[in-house]
This record gives sequence, C-alpha cells and structure tokens, in this order.
Amino acid sequence: MLPLSSKVLSIKPSGIRKFFDLVMQSDDIISLGVGEPDFVTPWHITEHAIYQLEKGYTSYTSNYGIIELRREIAAQLEKEFAAFYKPESEVLITVGVSEGLDLAFRTILNPSDEVIVPVPNFVCYSPLVHLAGGKAIEIDTSPTDFILTREQILKALTPNTKAVIIGYPNNPTGATVTEAQLKEIVNVCKEKNLWLISDEVYNQLVYEDKPLSASTYMRENLILLNGFSKAYAMTGWRIGYVACEKDVMDQMVKIHQYATMCAPIMSQYAALEALKHGEKDRERMRQSYKMRRNIVYEELKSIGFDVLEPKGAFYIFPSVKRFGLTAEDFAMRLLTEGRVAVVPSTAFAEGNNDFIRCCYAASLPDLKDALSRIKMFVNTL
Amino acid sequence: MRDNIVNILRQDSRTTPSEIATMLGSTEDVVRAQITELEKSGVILQYSVVVNDELLDDDSSVVAFIEVKCAPERDQGFDHIAQRLQKFPEVQSVYLMSGVFDLLVVVKGRNLREVAAFVSSKLSPIANVVSTGTHFLLKKYKENGIVMGLDENRSHRLNVAF
Repeated sequence: MLPLSSKVLSIKPSGIRKFFDLVMQSDDIISLGVGEPDFVTPWHITEHAIYQLEKGYTSYTSNYGIIELRREIAAQLEKEFAAFYKPESEVLITVGVSEGLDLAFRTILNPSDEVIVPVPNFVCYSPLVHLAGGKAIEIDTSPTDFILTREQILKALTPNTKAVIIGYPNNPTGATVTEAQLKEIVNVCKEKNLWLISDEVYNQLVYEDKPLSASTYMRENLILLNGFSKAYAMTGWRIGYVACEKDVMDQMVKIHQYATMCAPIMSQYAALEALKHGEKDRERMRQSYKMRRNIVYEELKSIGFDVLEPKGAFYIFPSVKRFGLTAEDFAMRLLTEGRVAVVPSTAFAEGNNDFIRCCYAASLPDLKDALSRIKMFVNTL
Repeated sequence: MRDNIVNILRQDSRTTPSEIATMLGSTEDVVRAQITELEKSGVILQYSVVVNDELLDDDSSVVAFIEVKCAPERDQGFDHIAQRLQKFPEVQSVYLMSGVFDLLVVVKGRNLREVAAFVSSKLSPIANVVSTGTHFLLKKYKENGIVMGLDENRSHRLNVAF
C-alpha cells in the first residue's frame, strides 16, 4: 500500500471499538446505546417524499437546496427565534448536521487555529476540527454540570483561539443551557472576537423550557447548524441545514458545491413536509420522550446513581464512580452480566471514565426491563 | 392531566399509578384519585387487551359487518332499535352512520351459518328493520390503531450509534 494521508492516520480510532463490536454481535440484549429516536419517520413525511419521487423529482437541486425548503427554514427561524436569514443566500441545506459541522470548520479554520470544544460532547467535533487543520482544545465541563461557562472559555483562550463550538441540548449528557447561560457564551464570543458554531439539532427536544437558539442573540460570526434527524425522527434521511451571514455562506457553499453538490432531493422534500405539517408529530414524540425521561431519571436515582436530570435530548448520563468501576468496565460488565448496552463516557471525552450514556428513546417495556436489569446488576457490585 | 392519564392507559393499561405519576411529574395519590374519577364517570369502561385472533389456536370465529336500513321512530330516531340490537351477545359493535344505510352492526359468531342465522332469525325480524346487507370480514390488517401481525413500521436501528 502506498502512503496515506498523515492527517487521517493521526486520528486515533476509538479505543472502545472492541466493546462496540461485542454489542453489535449480541442479540439478546436491550440496547440503550443508540443515538437516535425509536420512532420511524411519521408516515406523511415519508409518503410525501415517495410522491415527489413518483412525480419524477430525482434530479440534482440547486447547491443551496430547494428554495421552498430554505424559505420555510428562514420563516421558522424568524417566527420562533426572531432570527433573520435570507433564504436565497444565507441558508444552505446539508447532508445532516454532520456535513454542516465539517463545512463550518473548513470554512473558518487556518492551520494552528484553535477551537474550544467542551467535552463530553458529540463524537465528531474534535476529529473534524483536526481534519480541517485546526486544533481542538477540549474543556472538561463535568465540574459545571456539563455547561460551558465564561470562565472556562477565558481560561482556555490563547492568541490562536478562533472559535467555540457548542451543542445544547447536549449529546451525551442531556444538559441544556438556560437563556442566561447561552447569552453568557454568546457574549464572551462577541467580546473576544470568536466564531460561535452552535449545533442545535436537539433544540426542539426540551422538556421544561422553550427551545432556544444562539441566533436570537448573535448574527455576525455565528454559524448555526440544525437538522431534522432528532425532532422528526429522520436520522436516515441525512438532512440538515446551515444558517449564517452571506459573506461566510458565499465561501462555505464552495466546499459544499465541490464535495457534495447538493443534499438528496427526496430528503429535501421530506424535510419540507416535516416543517410544514410535522409539528403535531414532533410534539407527540417530545411528550413521549419526556415521560420516559421522568421514569428513567427517577429509577436511576432510586437505584443509587448520581445523576443530573436531563432537560433535553433523549440521553441521561449517570456517574458510575460510586460503584468503584470505570465507565468502560461498568459498561462491559453490564453488557455481559446484565445484558444491557450503554455507552461509556470515554467515547465522548477521552479522559473521562466516570459516566455512562443511556438513551431513553426505547419502548417503555424495554426501558422498564433495562432498568430492572441495571438494578439487578448494580446489586451484585 | 386527565387526557394524559387516559393516553398512557390506552397504550398500556397495565401501567401502574405510581409509574404514571412519575411519567407526568405528579403523585401516586393524585393519579389514583383521577383514575377512580375516570372510572366512576364512565370515561374508562374497561381495562382490556388487544388480541390477534388469527394466531389463537381455536380461532374459528367469523366476523360480519352488517349494514342495516331501518325506519326511524317518532321522538326516538334510531335509539330504540339500536338499544335492542346491542343487547344480543353476538353483537360486538353498533354504530349510527351517515349515508345510504343507518346502522352498522358488527356481529361475531362461531361460523358463517351461525351469523347468517342471527341475521335472518334475530336481526331482520326486528320491527322497523327495512333491509340488511351482510359483509364477512376476510382479514384484519389494522385494528384500533394497532397493526396485526409483524409491524413493518418498527425501527431498524443499530444497537450502538453516537
């Protein structure tokens, strides 16, 4: 084999690969290790996409995406968050938020630029920063209940700091910023001239307060990312969007144009249907996650876990420290002895071996079964 | 709160008051009181189970949907005749319908002959029944929002993803 890219080679494969291989091979387990809704896409959304395909919409679209969808997104951002983006030039339809993240980093980063990445966090932030030539400066947010604070940002600041990335409500912790906390992050970015990349893919899935968006408080130097995967149970459609100012978008769209061309047309029509007529389904699913959140939180507490009540997304992130095991050992033994799969925190923060991520987007009978298995397992420790 | 309790029980009537209380962020006592009230006021009539009859070993029953045309009675409309019909144990459901017929009666019997006998000897002779049309059920695909057999609409998720 000829030599490969040294940058790609320098990305470490996940250290817990073996654990996941084991999970994938086990069939009589209950998995709380997933990262997606347990609902299938509401039928009217799927049906609309099929109808468009039948009508012959099987071509490329504009690089930016179909204008009807961009208009609907802009209208929703205006209505819900008082954020103003021109659908013609400031909204880009992407292949999920994942593509949006890649585009954002590649558009703003120069070699040696630093990005402040709070951890634990969605697995791809740091590797994508690295691939884009930047340097991820990871900040452990576990001392501050997984919320990035002004002090943490200021402490990590160097002359090379270029951007901050946040993802609230958060995967894997379920932590959600309050309005004041979000404003604090926005203000420090403005004050220190930093880009803010805000991954808001879970922002509709909040259980106590109303959804928030950084775009309410910031426009210049903000790159807003969102998608349809979580709120509308559309993970497999791979559809999301970026909203940012035109000057940034003009550059970003060049990467998208050459690397991706456009998001799949059927997924774009599905997303349009979701925005136009999907609110009832979204609310139904949100209520359902909330009820399950309550059950899981109360039960984990009563089993004896130290755990914060998650305010958003569909994850709960209990500490396993008091059981005298590392998260990886706990997860491995829970899998083999208790037949329940969860994800240890090392997957989301290399040095953090204290927590497990449980996804409660599972059917209620499965959740109850999983919780009683966890209880039985914990009692053996 | 009332609606939420009913919706949870609709999904799974075995859900305990304590579980419902946790799900809704309430207390067990409040939920118990609400459920008692729902039972007393006739909102909750029965805690039942949905069965796929086709998979039962002794599934020899037949179901027929019978369109009934009848002459309404003064001051009573169709109520009187519907009340008479619903008393027969063979009758599963009775609906007043708009359109070309008046009552839709769902009848269950052990076999075709039994249902036919019910229609000709019990249903048709009732005063004011003008005519009937009997349709036998051949296969159930979905009932009360529940898909019979293997649900293709289940999620095909991987066991682990981020």
